[in-house]
Amino acid sequence: MRLAVLLLPSVAYLLVMFVFPFAYGVLLSLTPGAGALSLANYLAFFLDPWQARTIWVTASIAVPNTLVTVLLALSVAYSMRHGIRGERAITAALVLPIALGTVLVAEGINGFYGPKGWLNQALVGLGVPEPPRLTHNYTGVMIALFVQHFPFCFLMLLGYISGIDPALEASARVLGAGAWAVFRRVMWPLIAPGVAIAGALVFVMNFGVFPSAVLVGQPAGATRTIAIAAYQQAFEHSDMSMASAIAVVMGGCQLAGLALILVLRRRMAGTGVATMGAGKR
Amino acid sequence: MRGRLWRLAVWLFVVGFVLNLVGIVGHVVVSSFARRWFATPVPSAFTTEWYAYAWREFQLDQVLTVTLTVAGTVTAAALLLGFPAAYLLARHEFRGKGPLLLLFFLPLLVPQMTYGIPLATTLYRYRIGGTVAGVIAANLVPMLPLAIFVLLPFVEQISVNLEWAARVHGATRLQVFRRVIVPLALPGLLTAGLLVLVNTVANFELTFLLSGAGSQTLVVALYYAVFAAGMRPIYSVDAMAVIYMTIVLAMLVLALRFVRPTQMVFRLDRRD
Repeated sequence: MRLAVLLLPSVAYLLVMFVFPFAYGVLLSLTPGAGALSLANYLAFFLDPWQARTIWVTASIAVPNTLVTVLLALSVAYSMRHGIRGERAITAALVLPIALGTVLVAEGINGFYGPKGWLNQALVGLGVPEPPRLTHNYTGVMIALFVQHFPFCFLMLLGYISGIDPALEASARVLGAGAWAVFRRVMWPLIAPGVAIAGALVFVMNFGVFPSAVLVGQPAGATRTIAIAAYQQAFEHSDMSMASAIAVVMGGCQLAGLALILVLRRRMAGTGVATMGAGKR
Repeated sequence: MRGRLWRLAVWLFVVGFVLNLVGIVGHVVVSSFARRWFATPVPSAFTTEWYAYAWREFQLDQVLTVTLTVAGTVTAAALLLGFPAAYLLARHEFRGKGPLLLLFFLPLLVPQMTYGIPLATTLYRYRIGGTVAGVIAANLVPMLPLAIFVLLPFVEQISVNLEWAARVHGATRLQVFRRVIVPLALPGLLTAGLLVLVNTVANFELTFLLSGAGSQTLVVALYYAVFAAGMRPIYSVDAMAVIYMTIVLAMLVLALRFVRPTQMVFRLDRRD
């Protein structure tokens, strides 16, 4: 087929710049010191508590954050499914943190939630003698990730939910279903796949957190995530082989989380009811 | 009654969230104009000198040149490579299309930190890492698929009949492409171009891993400035942040004229 030539440049580019480096990284992680194949890097990672605990540190940030983000985003998006006043202004405001990116949001959070920031001043003004510290610790990273990923998750779900045919809900209402029954029996089966994908994406992004964990967190301790460990190996210790191994472990964890979410989705929404009527907005 | 309360709670949450956003962004803006600001609602005196200071100290002329070069090149390359691919994917069914779409989807799905480390390893090995070319090459990995997926529905909308009509009247394939398809796909090219542009300017991870001394984009330079807080007055760091913010916001306002806010994130299609 002569037209394949149209596709060739893109495919070739991704093969050379995405697939090849990935394969090369995996191979490199298995050949420490340019020697024979061995699992030495992985063993070293898992046997060194300072390195291995980054998995736990990252999970303790990523898992609760994903749950809270998805739950709140779903609540708000579901409530806004018929549109509300100022919807366009609200959605435009919510695009802001996504467009501005993690670094700027981190700098703003350090100021606004910091010890001398407006929030702390307001709390002191309200009579709280010693407001809790919100930056350069675990809480700071949680705030930063939420500010980034809530709008992301919300906009994704809003687009998804408003693509569902309103007639379905109206029919259920006419037939006597209450608000909760409409959600549980009609809407949830339709929304669940979208929630699963949104949740998976948020989890994967949370698990790879780097700039927020450094700038608003405590990168030498409480928020030393696995991405920081990988970066340090690569650029501070110049050990690309070990860095690749850590990146592979990170990818493995993300894949495991993804698989878990997909399994859960199948368990929860595998009823096969009402899958028609949903489409693009 | 319970429904009302629920709606009120949701509304309060949204307002609270937006207020926090305003606070986060507002703090940076106010701080960049403060002569000195220490635990008061507003600074006691204002100045604009931090902008000149930041421009000088952070070598922003050079950083901005790199940023524009990178963003411009990535956008042009993503459209140039992506449009033909989107055209073929929209028009033809063929074996192996599923796996191919997966190949295009993966760079958007896999977090940049995960594939950025092996990619950086590879590019540094071939001495492309640390250069502007390396930053461009790396950024194109997620931006090319982004362009393709944004362009796809635009090309699907163009009726095949128009192409046939042009062919019947004797136009060559190339002429059809240039005279019929490209003009009709112009809104799509514009949308995709703007989205790629905004995303490239704001893209941190890959640029961070691949950039060296002379190839930092604005957001990476900002990262290093925030990281080394204390080396320079925080007001000058915030001034740099405001410059970055202004650029991104200008592009965002432009982009939002053409795309829905919900299009700024992944599009979730139901095709199962």
